[in-house]
Amino acid sequence: MAKIVPVSKAASVNPLKSSQPLGAAFAYLGVEGAVPLFHGSQGCTSFALVLFVRHFKETIPLQTTAMDEVATILGGADHLEEAILNLKARAKPKLIGVATTALVETRGEDFAGELAAIKARRAVELDGTEIALAQTPDFDGAIEEGWSKAVLAMIESIARREVRARRNARRVNILPGSHLTVADIEHIRSMVEAFGLEPAIFPDISGALDGTVPASWVPTTYGGTAIDDIRSLGDAALTIAIGEQMRAPAQRIEELTGVEYALFRQLYGLKAVDRFVALLTELSGRAAPASIRRRRAQLQDALLDGHFHYSGKRIAIAAEPDLLYGLSAFFVGMGAEIQAAVTTTGHSKVLEHVPCDVVKIGDLGDFEAMAEGADLLVTHSHGRQASERLDVPLMRVGFPIFDRLGSQHKLRVGYQGARDLIFEAANIFEGARQEATPDSLNPFLNRESNHGRRAASANREH
Amino acid sequence: MSSQARVQALFQEPACDKNQAKDENARKKGCSKPLTPGAAAGGCAFDGAKIVLQPVTDAAHLIHGPLACEGNSWDNRGSASSGPDLWRTSFTTDLTELDVVMGQGEKKLFKAIREIVEAHAPPAVFVYATCVTALIGDDLDAVCFRASERFGTAVVPVHSPGFAGSKNLGNKLAGEALLDHVIGSHEPGDVGPTDITILGEFNLAGEFWMVKPLLEKLGMRVRACIPGDARYLDIAGAHTARANMMVCSTALINLARKMEERWGIPYFEGSFYGVSDTSEALRQLARLLVREGADPSLVVRTEILIAEEEARVWARLESYRERLSGKRVLLNTGGVKSWSVVAALQEIGIEIVGTSTKKSTDEDKERIKALLKDEKHAFDAMAPRDLYAMLAAGKADIMLSGGRTQFIALKAKTPWLDINQERSHPYAGYDGMVELVRQIDLAIHNPVWADVRAPAPWDLPAGGRVDAFDGDAEFVAHSRKKFVATTADDMGEC
Repeated sequence: MAKIVPVSKAASVNPLKSSQPLGAAFAYLGVEGAVPLFHGSQGCTSFALVLFVRHFKETIPLQTTAMDEVATILGGADHLEEAILNLKARAKPKLIGVATTALVETRGEDFAGELAAIKARRAVELDGTEIALAQTPDFDGAIEEGWSKAVLAMIESIARREVRARRNARRVNILPGSHLTVADIEHIRSMVEAFGLEPAIFPDISGALDGTVPASWVPTTYGGTAIDDIRSLGDAALTIAIGEQMRAPAQRIEELTGVEYALFRQLYGLKAVDRFVALLTELSGRAAPASIRRRRAQLQDALLDGHFHYSGKRIAIAAEPDLLYGLSAFFVGMGAEIQAAVTTTGHSKVLEHVPCDVVKIGDLGDFEAMAEGADLLVTHSHGRQASERLDVPLMRVGFPIFDRLGSQHKLRVGYQGARDLIFEAANIFEGARQEATPDSLNPFLNRESNHGRRAASANREH
Repeated sequence: MSSQARVQALFQEPACDKNQAKDENARKKGCSKPLTPGAAAGGCAFDGAKIVLQPVTDAAHLIHGPLACEGNSWDNRGSASSGPDLWRTSFTTDLTELDVVMGQGEKKLFKAIREIVEAHAPPAVFVYATCVTALIGDDLDAVCFRASERFGTAVVPVHSPGFAGSKNLGNKLAGEALLDHVIGSHEPGDVGPTDITILGEFNLAGEFWMVKPLLEKLGMRVRACIPGDARYLDIAGAHTARANMMVCSTALINLARKMEERWGIPYFEGSFYGVSDTSEALRQLARLLVREGADPSLVVRTEILIAEEEARVWARLESYRERLSGKRVLLNTGGVKSWSVVAALQEIGIEIVGTSTKKSTDEDKERIKALLKDEKHAFDAMAPRDLYAMLAAGKADIMLSGGRTQFIALKAKTPWLDINQERSHPYAGYDGMVELVRQIDLAIHNPVWADVRAPAPWDLPAGGRVDAFDGDAEFVAHSRKKFVATTADDMGEC
């Protein structure tokens, strides 16, 4: 069980986190016809918007209540109302997803009350548009928390609250965590469909953020979870949550509708996917199709061919809790060890299960200090500076990835994703292989440093 | 001397015990078994010659022949260089049909040598004959001689076309090329009483660099390591060494013997694999050097170094005992290069459950008997199917072998470690032994084995499918219901 070490310094150096409202906006972006709205000053929105654009290379519908000095002092309710009405008039969204920011949360207002009042007062104008509210101050949490809170907010405000006597036995709610890519979600969809089941994926960023080119200009998101699917979450036979961050939303669905849930901490690697396939088999009563069996056989071969490259490698990972946990489990499963694990916040229960001694809540400064001598850095694009300084290759995961194209189409879940992941990291190892030099092998020079460490690491229990 | 005569002469190697143990008739057949069409495996004589010479790092290696010989084999070996990297650049005359028919091979070769000299100015160009150019009768010696004269660079012909015989023969033919054209062609100005040469050490994965500092600490100077990380001029001056160590058994035995005949350099056969062999090699080198006039204190200093290093290496190996004691190793390699590796593995509790004796001499077989508790564990050669069956039945925890049998082990879901020339880990010297054990440890304990051996979900009985992953019998009764209520904490790693 990993020890969680909290932040101990005052100055954060090279932040690992992105802010909580950004995570909330991310979840809203996975709903069809949505516009996320930050309740805060313009900058809150603009920075998040730019970061989204750098990562997805897409237009991102993201709006702001544009709090000014006067509103900050006198209260922002009328700014919120004006923003909602303007958005409704201009973009006709099906959903306005409100995410509060540190500014308005510091001021402290009764947002839920204000929003209820606005909805009541403007019922006619706002007809046909759902409004969800997630309270996501920047000074707490990060993307995961924001994502999770926005999903909860949508469940609260949209899902029908009734325990249905008759459910659709083929329908399965899928709640993916924020760390899954567009490719991951599409793959999960096709796996579930391969068993004849009907997945309702919520949120579904695969429609809105996967780089398709629509025929006309659309001011909201296009694609994503339909509002009706959120409304009818209670019709499903089961909810499958992926990532610890989706436990709270899955639990809430169960409380409101009686639909039970199964939670997968992660879907990377053979064992996890075996369990996923077993569940789908049980649910559907159908045998796994040949395509899935073939992918598993390919993964077995990839495990055999790939493990040589991982044995004894030291990996440094900095990522949000669920991604950190999933990738750490993957690397350790291939025979590597986690030299450094750094994460954004200490809220997640999954952190204690990360297969290493210590999980540090911290930043990329901590990461860089802990990653010296590692064989691979695994974090988002901001890790590139540490990669240069430490002369250790970087595998880009998480958010944001702004200096590589196609990060949303990297598949890591399922048998096929595990296969690709094995090759991805192994190829980085291959590409970074350092040829031996006389000094690197000289037994007298390496007496204490190199070989001492090697012997020590070999003795650690795997 | 014609190629045929040269090959025959090599078969009469007086220094080779194996050769001498044969009767007159058997000797004529040569040291390699006759090849069986349809059931042959292994490299040809050209391959063998190239293996021996190509690691000479600052020379250009030009293969005179059609594309396959070089095009299909270049950049495939793991010798390491501490300096020049010209040896990794591939040069071939890439003969076309027209070249062969019109007899343009020699001209093309001459031009190719000129282009290489002009572009790279190497201290030497090794020119290798291949089957086709030997067959059409290109006069390699004449072209090389002329080119050498014209361009002022050593140009060395290597007569080892593939059809001449096996890889082992090619090794020896390369040695002949060095004797005929290279060694003795340069007089170094700094000859000393502790100069040595190492023959047949390829510096795979840089492993000789784990040994060289030991030699240097004792004041020995490696005049040339042939061919690993060698410079051409070092080899050209190798005749000034005072002692010769021959590594890798008999590949270059003709070279060792003839260096003794021509220049009076005593040699011994030794190995840097394993603890006791490494110590013994240091001891022998010291003894030979003292006999040839080095300061007698060398012997004492060597013993002190050996005592220190052995104490250290055993202490480090001991730290693996707990993890590796009782593990069963299957050795499947043409010939175990050093039995001291086996001895060291056994020292920390590893069992040898089988070893191939295919290329072993009677003497080797005696040593195997002495080392293995059960004589039945020695086998001559095992068919891939039998090997697979043995591994699939879990009769060994790991197989150590060369790359060719790699996939037998992997498809049998058994750990495997490369101990032949393609490997990427250095195993020489005291530290190399620790590295070998560390690699065995990593391979055996890699968690991937549990994953690949796990049954697929569709191979599990219905109803128990979901729960089988928990190994908890209580789950079976209400599988679905239980599963549904299961959350992260109950579900282990998922």
